[in-house]
Amino acid sequence: MALWTTLTTPLIRQNPITLQILGLCSALAVTTKLDTALTMSVALTVVLVLSAFAVSLIRRHIPGTIRLIVQIIIVASLVIVIDQVLQAYFFDISQRLSVFVALITTNCLVLGRTESFARSNPPLPSMVDALGNGLGYSLILVIIGSLREFLGTGALLGYQILRTTDQGGWFQPLSLMQLAPSAFFLLGLLVWAIRSIRTEQTEPTEHEAPRVTEPAE
Amino acid sequence: MTGFGALFLEAMFVENMPLTLFLGLCTFLALSRRLETAVGLGIAVTFVLGVTVPLNQLIYTAVLAPGAWDWAGRPELDLSYLSLLAFIGVIAATVQLIEMVLERFFPAIHGAFGVFLPLLTVQCAILAGSLFMVERSYSFTDSVAYGLGSGAGFALAVILLSAIRTRMAYADLPAGLRGLGIAFVVAGMMSLGFSSFAQMVGP
Repeated sequence: MALWTTLTTPLIRQNPITLQILGLCSALAVTTKLDTALTMSVALTVVLVLSAFAVSLIRRHIPGTIRLIVQIIIVASLVIVIDQVLQAYFFDISQRLSVFVALITTNCLVLGRTESFARSNPPLPSMVDALGNGLGYSLILVIIGSLREFLGTGALLGYQILRTTDQGGWFQPLSLMQLAPSAFFLLGLLVWAIRSIRTEQTEPTEHEAPRVTEPAE
Repeated sequence: MTGFGALFLEAMFVENMPLTLFLGLCTFLALSRRLETAVGLGIAVTFVLGVTVPLNQLIYTAVLAPGAWDWAGRPELDLSYLSLLAFIGVIAATVQLIEMVLERFFPAIHGAFGVFLPLLTVQCAILAGSLFMVERSYSFTDSVAYGLGSGAGFALAVILLSAIRTRMAYADLPAGLRGLGIAFVVAGMMSLGFSSFAQMVGP
């Protein structure tokens, strides 16, 4: 039961991207197409689960002072493996992801979870927590990736759903969706949507507007 | 306009790290609430990028690149798959070293941006600088220009964003958009503005 809570909490309630501000860089950069977003989600989730497992196995043997370096080296080795696998079997996707697979090493999400959870918990809960966070990350990536690909080209995963005007259809592609700014806008709107439903996530105001008093008659 | 200056400006404006390449966004958004922290972070990033990119360029060409071991009679050796580990090591060591030097000789500067230095080891923009340097096979002078330029671009963007967010504190926003939400929208608008710099470099 506790494991189930550990798994589901990071999906929306403690979502790594929209609430913890972790792992943003890759989330926005790879979402122009749904297939790159999916590949990135899978790669990140695998690295996250395996590194949480490894760190939590040796958690009693890592000296506190050098733990960051040990964790980074574990993560970097896993990332090298994933990168080589992608280059071997999915060459064109790995070309489009360019340096972003390698950048999983410094993805704050991976280090954030190993540092705050795996370092002080046994392997099984750590892996479940990592899986939950990976799924929460994937959820946001898939939403933004499919929106950007669908609105930007009228296709999903390369299959044309709406016929664009070039092909004799009626759909005028929003080319802005393929550019950088739209990723920021979509994520901002997504944060707004989530926080409108889960109002406990809203941030307190830093400045209270002065109360306007009715002038005495 | 060619060479050092062009590459510097291109890295600073056209390929702005946070706004067009989405790199270093975590610190970009998390530490831009106050202008003072943003200035400290900007200087620290410029400094670390300016040092580590050229350093990694030297290490890559001397040790890791295919054919780097020709002189030892091992031309078939290609260690480039190790570059990720080497770069992370160099970055972590450099950051540690800079922190120690600053603490010893320039305590005032260390006080100003000491908190952000350890964070930079795991900042994606720093590692990405070195990875892009390999992908585009920059020479040593190129990598100096690229490192400094992209650092300056990050500093510019984070200082601008923090200035806007300071003003945003007084705006009457819908509750769900407060804080992180509006920061994304503002960053999106800045990104739109920066995309006009793409014309600076001719075809």
